[in-house]
Amino acid sequence: MNIDLFFQYIVAGLTYGTIYAVVAIGFNIIYNATGIINFAQGEFVMLGGMTAVTLHQILPLPLAILAAVIITMAVGALIEILFIRWLDRPSVLRMVIITIGISILIREASLHIWGEGVRALPYFTGSSETSIRLGGVFVSPQVLWVVGISAVMVILLNVFFTYTLPGRQMRACSANRDAARLCGINAKNMVTLSFVLSAGIGALGGSIVSPITYVQYDSGTQLAIKGFTVAILGGLGNSAAAVGAGMILGVLESFSIAVLPAAYKDVISIAILLLILFVRPSGIFGSSEAARLSEF
Amino acid sequence: MRPKHLQMIGFLGLVVAIQLVTRATDSAYHLTQLTMTAYYSLLVIGLCMLIGYAGQISLGHAGFFSIGGYIAAYLTTHDLSAHKGAAFVALFAKAGLLRTRPDLYGGDLLTVQPWAACLAALAVTAVVAYLVGGPVLKLRGHYLAMATLGFGIIIYRIVLGTTALGAADGISDVPGFSLLPGIEVSGNSSLRVMNYYIAWGLVAAGMVLLLNLIHSRVGRALASIHGAEDAADAMGIPTARYKLKTFVLSAVFAALAGVMLTHYNGGIGPSEASVMKSVRYVAIVAIGGMANLWGALFMSLGLNYLSLRGYFGTYDDAVFGGILIVIMLFAPDGLLRKQLLSDVRRLFAGRTAGGGA
Amino acid sequence: MRLIRLMAVAVILAVALAATPASAADTIKVGAILAVTGPASFLGAPEAKTLEMMVEDINKKGGILGKKIELIVKDSGASPEKALSFAKQLIEEEKVLAIIGPSTSGETMKIKNVAEEGKTILLSCAAAEVIVNPVAKYVFKTPQKDSYAVIKIFEQMKKMKLSKVGVLSSNTGFGKAGKEQIEKLAPEYGMQIVANEVYDKAATDLTAEVTKVKASGAQAILNWSIEPAQSIVIKNARQIGFKGTIFQSHGFGNIKYVEAAGPAAEGVIFPAGRLLVADVLPRNNPQKALLMKYKKDYELKCHGEECSTFGGHAYDAMLILTKAIEKARSTDKEAVRTAIENLKGVVGTAGIFNFSPQDHNGLDMTSFEMLTVKKGKFVPLGK
Repeated sequence: MNIDLFFQYIVAGLTYGTIYAVVAIGFNIIYNATGIINFAQGEFVMLGGMTAVTLHQILPLPLAILAAVIITMAVGALIEILFIRWLDRPSVLRMVIITIGISILIREASLHIWGEGVRALPYFTGSSETSIRLGGVFVSPQVLWVVGISAVMVILLNVFFTYTLPGRQMRACSANRDAARLCGINAKNMVTLSFVLSAGIGALGGSIVSPITYVQYDSGTQLAIKGFTVAILGGLGNSAAAVGAGMILGVLESFSIAVLPAAYKDVISIAILLLILFVRPSGIFGSSEAARLSEF
Repeated sequence: MRPKHLQMIGFLGLVVAIQLVTRATDSAYHLTQLTMTAYYSLLVIGLCMLIGYAGQISLGHAGFFSIGGYIAAYLTTHDLSAHKGAAFVALFAKAGLLRTRPDLYGGDLLTVQPWAACLAALAVTAVVAYLVGGPVLKLRGHYLAMATLGFGIIIYRIVLGTTALGAADGISDVPGFSLLPGIEVSGNSSLRVMNYYIAWGLVAAGMVLLLNLIHSRVGRALASIHGAEDAADAMGIPTARYKLKTFVLSAVFAALAGVMLTHYNGGIGPSEASVMKSVRYVAIVAIGGMANLWGALFMSLGLNYLSLRGYFGTYDDAVFGGILIVIMLFAPDGLLRKQLLSDVRRLFAGRTAGGGA
Repeated sequence: MRLIRLMAVAVILAVALAATPASAADTIKVGAILAVTGPASFLGAPEAKTLEMMVEDINKKGGILGKKIELIVKDSGASPEKALSFAKQLIEEEKVLAIIGPSTSGETMKIKNVAEEGKTILLSCAAAEVIVNPVAKYVFKTPQKDSYAVIKIFEQMKKMKLSKVGVLSSNTGFGKAGKEQIEKLAPEYGMQIVANEVYDKAATDLTAEVTKVKASGAQAILNWSIEPAQSIVIKNARQIGFKGTIFQSHGFGNIKYVEAAGPAAEGVIFPAGRLLVADVLPRNNPQKALLMKYKKDYELKCHGEECSTFGGHAYDAMLILTKAIEKARSTDKEAVRTAIENLKGVVGTAGIFNFSPQDHNGLDMTSFEMLTVKKGKFVPLGK
């Protein structure tokens, strides 16, 4: 393998990795607030992409994306209020099944609303052929947009959780829910907020990657599984680690096709997931203490 | 007579009654879907044992179903005559594991006997379940759900990506399975009534086995695991071993269902291994009431039958998604319970009281 | 308690059993098993819409032989076990004259024997050659053969003096069938396969795959799939600076994929039926009138959604069936089946069908036209 090819694989890997990381961060936010894995996270990404494409017919691109994010946030809030908020200490099994049910319903509803066709936003700059040449490596400008916007998003999230009141309240809830409630924090509202936030992040991710990956009614499931792998790989709840883990998985997948038939690409990433679960459930970056397996 | 026996007699009576009704109304064709339903039900009761009684969720049981089905399909259709000289073929032939049958083009196919293929399928599934179950069952909650889901996806991907297994097209032209001379599992319409009874007979046998298990020492141990695993552990109950045994047992039920349905349908495709199938099975167990074998069985009978008849049209998956949510929200202990009405009343009472606060 | 519950289930089942619709003698029952939802919905959905549109149209004009057509569409979700259940249901209960579909080859192969045993005409909308080879008495198919598409492409490559080809295909029945034909026919046409990759049908980025192909020194990429991934292939190949020609299968015949790929799709060459270039066909082309009408009707019914060749396969199936019924002047299964085998010169969307007892597909090489993409539109490839 020559050096240019090597870097071309790396770039491909980083592209996948960024997408996975965005989904994983969405998982983590809800997990931190509730201890729930939201199996419908991939559907937020799909909804965001679909809505943005539809709105782009009447709105300019930035506005369409903004509106799509807001609409998806509203859907996130609605789901939390309708299905989760009023349950009194539901078991994990119950929550797993409910969120799987929600993901199926969103998917089937999208099929009946939008049909089976693929959609995509236009490239933000240039076109589907444009690429920037870095040495011997070709990079689509959209990849830079995705990486850039994702990076800004991670930074803003950090600021939100560290410096703002609602962000700190959310962290308090995830650290110790009962103690937070005693301090006068409305834990239920924090859970709703976590759904709104992660729906928004998913929708933004779905919009910005749609020129590269396209979006279709059933594209959420695939992303959810990869996102979950990355979330586990980085250690559940740890968003900074999820970014690193996303890159690792993306690059691994990209190189896997150099040695194995591409048809088995997904087998690799899931085998990695199983291996991590069996050997080091706290993730490669996490401490074993943090996993607290018995609690969830 | 104990109530346990009464239930079984009632069930067998129902099976016979349905057949007599279809005979009387000249609509024996319903038995086709009812036979397919029976095999899915076999999987469902095994899964119910695992989820409801051992308290371990599995989102990968379609994987075990497909391992069984695909092994049976591959071995009974793969022509070995090209390898006639090979030592293993000679050995198998001597052991009576092979047979020759004519193929579509008038030539002869040398394939493995369905009996041998069936036993191989069950054995492989048991080994796979044992190997996977060991580490998987150490996990709990989300991790367990995700690990089993991951296992299911891996099987789906392998089935879909392997040319020898027909990739996306699956395997067709699987022959019938003669259990005994004159008794054959196949989709041939002249054998329809016989196959209906074979299928439901298997389900009845499975039910007897599982019901006895529940009322035995093992069942009580499982109940204690479901209630409080740590406490059970502390009492000296080998929880890990019991969980693993139940997991393997339910996987073998799934594989047997896969083998039989593959022979009955004359083929299998990758859709049998899809995640949506696994989710469906869990949905049926959930609506049946988790720890309620009879509930799971009747819900499987109803829902699979309606789905296979195409009653849900293009909303097939949505119906199962909707069922999952509604049941888990309002009746997490299932539908088939008498205290359901009082639960609903309590729920509304609780809601209004909560609203005032 | 339990007994009451048992009784309840029994009653429900009895009602369901009794609710089987009575068949009316003055209609012609036609079944359709299509993957309207699920992973092959891009095939089944346009097929179902096309059939509904045609039946509505036929019935408005008074039906065939004075009888109305009763269409029963069953959504299989591309699951063979459901297709099988539905096939038995349609044949034994509904006693349909013919079944149109299924959409995929895997499903068709599972129900081939059921149709034979039930002596019911099956008009498959799936492409694989095994469906009609060996010929089964009651089984027909309307899409062109994969091997013809491959031959057309190889001939074009020869003309362009290309010999090193990188093959990509998806892990679906369509991709698999194409890959097999490519591997089989390549030596015959002096083509050297320098890379041969299979990717997942739901793949969202194929940069790594096309990088591998480019590194193999391929002069041309030949991609075989029917999913959105086929436009991702083009995009990614151009982004990493692949300069050679890109060939696609006849599965590329959906303008959505061109739109999705944007300017990268310019210059892609692929074989297809003439439906896609109906408006630029010469006036004297025998297919022109029919294609223009189908296009117009479909786009009217589906609110401007562009028609694809997949819907055309269902159109042809229904067309052949109605022609055969008219020819046989009867709705007897056996008579209609024989009539189909003797149909000649039926102008359909995929080409001109000439059936015979040995040929249950009825199309030849001329049914394909080499097309290319120019300014975001399909046009015939210039000579």
